[in-house]
Amino acid sequence: MADLTTTAPRAVTNPRATLQDLLPKIVLAPSFALILIFVYGFIVFTAFLSFSGSKLLPDFSTWVGLNNYVRLFNHPNWITALKNLAIFSVLYIVICSFIGLALAIFLDQKIRGEGVLRPIYLYPMALSFIVTGVAWKWFLDPGIGLEHVMQSWGWESFSFRWIKEGQMAIYTIVIAAVWQSSGFVMAMFLAGLRGVDNEIIKAAQIDGASTLTIYRRIIIPLMRPVFLSAFVVLAHLAIKSYDLVVAMTDGGPGTATWTPALFMQKFTFGRNEMGMGAASAIIMMMMIFAIIVPYLYSELGGKKK
Amino acid sequence: MSAASQDVATRNGIFARALIYAVLILFAVYYLLPLYVMVVNSLKPLDEIRQGNMLALPQQWTIAPWLSAWSTAQIGVSPTGLKPYFLNSVMMVVPAVALSTILGALNGYVLTKWRFKGDNIVFGLMLLACFIPFQIVLIPSARILGLTGLAGTITGLVLIHAIYGLGFTTLFFRNYYEAFPTELVRAAQIDGASFFQIFRRILLPSSGPIIVVTVIWQFTNIWNDFLFGSSFSGFNSIPLTVALNNLVNSSTGVKEYNVHFAGAILAALPTLIVYIVSGRYFVRGLMAGAVKG
Repeated sequence: MADLTTTAPRAVTNPRATLQDLLPKIVLAPSFALILIFVYGFIVFTAFLSFSGSKLLPDFSTWVGLNNYVRLFNHPNWITALKNLAIFSVLYIVICSFIGLALAIFLDQKIRGEGVLRPIYLYPMALSFIVTGVAWKWFLDPGIGLEHVMQSWGWESFSFRWIKEGQMAIYTIVIAAVWQSSGFVMAMFLAGLRGVDNEIIKAAQIDGASTLTIYRRIIIPLMRPVFLSAFVVLAHLAIKSYDLVVAMTDGGPGTATWTPALFMQKFTFGRNEMGMGAASAIIMMMMIFAIIVPYLYSELGGKKK
Repeated sequence: MSAASQDVATRNGIFARALIYAVLILFAVYYLLPLYVMVVNSLKPLDEIRQGNMLALPQQWTIAPWLSAWSTAQIGVSPTGLKPYFLNSVMMVVPAVALSTILGALNGYVLTKWRFKGDNIVFGLMLLACFIPFQIVLIPSARILGLTGLAGTITGLVLIHAIYGLGFTTLFFRNYYEAFPTELVRAAQIDGASFFQIFRRILLPSSGPIIVVTVIWQFTNIWNDFLFGSSFSGFNSIPLTVALNNLVNSSTGVKEYNVHFAGAILAALPTLIVYIVSGRYFVRGLMAGAVKG
């Protein structure tokens, strides 16, 4: 870093060189300014909105203090959204991690056809959540989908109508979301497994450890950073989950599958409760930052050491 | 890649291996099933879906649902099919990807080879911007687009996508250029090469892989976006994902499942093709965005 700046004094008298010295900052400035305004400026704007009485349009003339937040946490739809987020994110993270790790370990057993299987596991990640939603919405639809198929195969009493049941609909969204993301988690674990030091495993084998023991006691504990990365990515996706819900149930039946992101959209643009919508967005951001900031801090801090 | 952990594998019994293959194949079926359902049912007449079996092959093959999804299906108020929206998406994606990639490359170059006091704070702020829930910027973004007269235009969507992609593109190029030997840059500088000459002649020629990764990442994200598309598009700028959702979730008329499936595949096709053609880079982008970000 210091070496580069020491070339500057030579240039002080030469105006062209001075321009050259400023050029890097001039090039970076527009992007940085855009991020400052469109990200951080807008966060401040939304924060202000969340303390205002805005309804249809931003309105900074009436201040309501924490009232929007109080109303938010007393609103049954927001409570539903939080409960759904809790159910969805726990299941989504746990199941994706479990499937991802299991598939990665299995694929790592000198499997014939790994080159065919891996892309099959991963391709859903390339699809839009809307496409995923359409596929699963109709596949889980009792009228034409799985239930209909099972009955036409002779299992007359087969019933699977979760997507139409308020209590169960959120789980169908888990099914579709796991389908979309678990292959990606598999890829993360596979990369982790392939990075494990050969020597440690050799040593354990010489000591007579069984395959199961080697995985349970040595390899899986070594995967801790991958678990952490997977957790951060999945948690972040879960809190933002919006498209998939819109495509599959649009929050229904009733308000059964509302998530915080859906709440924000519906209250801000559908019900003209901009103040409450802004408050819900602020809460979402706080949830994400609570996960991301410590993670980035440890990642970036770790690299410097 | 010499797979260390694979050495554990050789000690499994035949029964265990059979079980492993069974599980792997079962999951392959799980991942392929929705795609199979979409393809098979997009080639059936509607009656066959309603009365028949979603998993059965068509008895009467037809491409009518595809033609309908592309050019005649009712979307919103007009029976245009997905074609105009497909074009909207293309016109939105191409400039947005180009803009954010070029700026990301320059940012990465400055942040690694022309370091200055506080560059880490600048980078940290750009990095954190990758992770904000976009809900938090929806209201002010709508406001700005309205004030600048860009509300409901493709240009507006291009700008929004380019700006909110900057964090990731900068991250990708910064991490890549970090490993590029700074000595080469310094030597060229002493030889009198200018800022842009160094970028064009020294860094750019070896940036192929990271450009591919970034372009694929941005293309997939922007093509698949729904939130910005549904919030900021107007009558003439609705992107494909939003149109597909309108097609499938419109409450009026008969539900033409076969047309919905054909439409869903049409919407998925560009990113699927990119994935098939360059899966390696696609995965690398995902990992770089996830593990390092």
